[in-house]
Amino acid sequence: MAERVLMKGNEALGEAAIRAGCLFYYGYPITPQTELLEYMARELPRRGGTFLQTESEVATIYVVYGTAAAGKRVMTSSSSPVISLMAEGISFLAAAQLPAVIVDITRASPGLGRIPPAQSDYRQLTHGAGHGDYHLVVLAPASVQEMADLTFLAFDLADRYRNPVAIMADGILGQMMEPLEWKAWPTDGHPKEWAVTGAGGRPRNLVLNAPYTDQELMDLNRTLKEKYRLIAEAEQRWEYVDMEGAEMAVVAYGTSARIAMEAVEEARRDGIPVGLVRPISLWPFPTRAFRPLMGKLRCYLTVEMNDGQMVEDLELALRCTAPVHSHGQGGGWVPTTAGIREEIERVWRGSSAGPMG
Amino acid sequence: MERVFGRPNGLINLPFPYCPGCGHGTVHRMIAEAIDELGIAERTIMVTSIGCSVRMWRQFGELDVCQPAHGRAPAAATGIKRALPEAVVFAYQGDGDMTAIGTAEVVHAAARGEKMAIFFVNNAVFGATGGQMAPTTLEGQTTTTSPWGRDPRQAGYPIRMSEMLATLEAPVYLARVSIAGAGNLNRAKKATLHALEIQKEGRGFAMVEYLVPCPSGWHMTPIESHRWIESTMTKYYPLGVFRDRLDDGELLHSSGRGAG
Repeated sequence: MAERVLMKGNEALGEAAIRAGCLFYYGYPITPQTELLEYMARELPRRGGTFLQTESEVATIYVVYGTAAAGKRVMTSSSSPVISLMAEGISFLAAAQLPAVIVDITRASPGLGRIPPAQSDYRQLTHGAGHGDYHLVVLAPASVQEMADLTFLAFDLADRYRNPVAIMADGILGQMMEPLEWKAWPTDGHPKEWAVTGAGGRPRNLVLNAPYTDQELMDLNRTLKEKYRLIAEAEQRWEYVDMEGAEMAVVAYGTSARIAMEAVEEARRDGIPVGLVRPISLWPFPTRAFRPLMGKLRCYLTVEMNDGQMVEDLELALRCTAPVHSHGQGGGWVPTTAGIREEIERVWRGSSAGPMG
Repeated sequence: MERVFGRPNGLINLPFPYCPGCGHGTVHRMIAEAIDELGIAERTIMVTSIGCSVRMWRQFGELDVCQPAHGRAPAAATGIKRALPEAVVFAYQGDGDMTAIGTAEVVHAAARGEKMAIFFVNNAVFGATGGQMAPTTLEGQTTTTSPWGRDPRQAGYPIRMSEMLATLEAPVYLARVSIAGAGNLNRAKKATLHALEIQKEGRGFAMVEYLVPCPSGWHMTPIESHRWIESTMTKYYPLGVFRDRLDDGELLHSSGRGAG
């Protein structure tokens, strides 16, 4: 029988990482991710792992870089302002093609902000955060179960594609307790022949960021481009909820998708043919989820705990074939079921006046 | 015929990509010789940094190499050593890299007593970008960003990193050496060997600071550069061993307290 437990989101994520074979965790205290840091500090030393609290997140991301270069599964977690601080290192991880998992339990607002729930880093993670032509794979859990499941997946994707993977969640998902089932995920199954371990008995390995020639630099960037094309093709993930017969869709991920789900159910009961599309991978954006909907749906409503950062990605996915409305606000705003329900009604009435197409 | 001098195994047959009279090649050679002598190439991982030495990984043909960002070598070396406790890990940093953008990383790696050697090459300027002022630039020294000489009222005073790290408990070996003059070269070589021996035995954090010439950055001939190290640089940066916590660590003490 599968093991069933009641756990906090942040701790579920930490436990999933350890079960995924991640025995190296480095971090620095910042609310609202500190429980994860503390969980790893408590658990890793007694389970044969290594926990290190560093002097800054700049150092953290390069300790991660070193351990990833040595071929071990490694994770860090942090929160918005210092994900910015890590951005340099994230770009370096991508350039060196190193697998690592970076958890962002977001804060609200630019600058320091405060710690109410928010999805403020959608744009930062999916369209950045560092310099140059690279992508982070970004996953957005919407339950404690997914905090665990997507952590396993994050390590798998990181190793498979040799690329950093981010998990974006907010304070609600981090703090709330839910039942969770431990599934039999495979642990590290990716041989790392490229790792630097001491060159005894084999040709030496190089984990470099500065290729020697212009040609080598171009080759690296071509490799990266092709890799990101493959990821964008193979790793789009989403969930449809009540999409059968839908003529309108709410699009939301993470905590706001949880709240939107209820509003969608209510609107359906009241006769509005609305469903929910929940992106699980934010990068790659699940464009394929929207392809079969094009020409069938009249309108879309995004619900985000930010000022509408996903709208442009959705408009691109739809090639602007249908209007996209945004229900969102940064700064710690959390949508309510009633508020979303009202927006669904307003958008639906505004769009259903004329014939479709 | 007995071969008494040759290229160390650790270096490939490739000219150093440095300016005439540059100190990097000399320090590279000392490290390669020490690795040969200790027989540790197979389990050694070199962590490079950003600056003129950014491409040094090419010269050391036997070693696994990890190349992180400017100033971050001690953090990446920490990540490698924590993951691979049996490996010998060393980082190579210039003074721009270490004493400016990387100050926090080196101080905390030293404070934690990470088991690594750091070879810190101090030529008192940012060399790769064309001779700008570094935190190590001497008072009055002319660089492209201190064209009228470093003015302490505006730019503060040069940082003595070895002495700073010597205020910490954890480091087991901290020495400053010079590569100007044959006697100094011998002492510098011994310090290099000692720092790597400490790693071979897993004894703790070791750093060797080398005072080296940058004739291009200093606008001097190689010979003038060596004289300047002896006449000026060593006045502000005294040579010596600032920490040697090993019972058997008498390599430099044997020739007196100072290495210079």
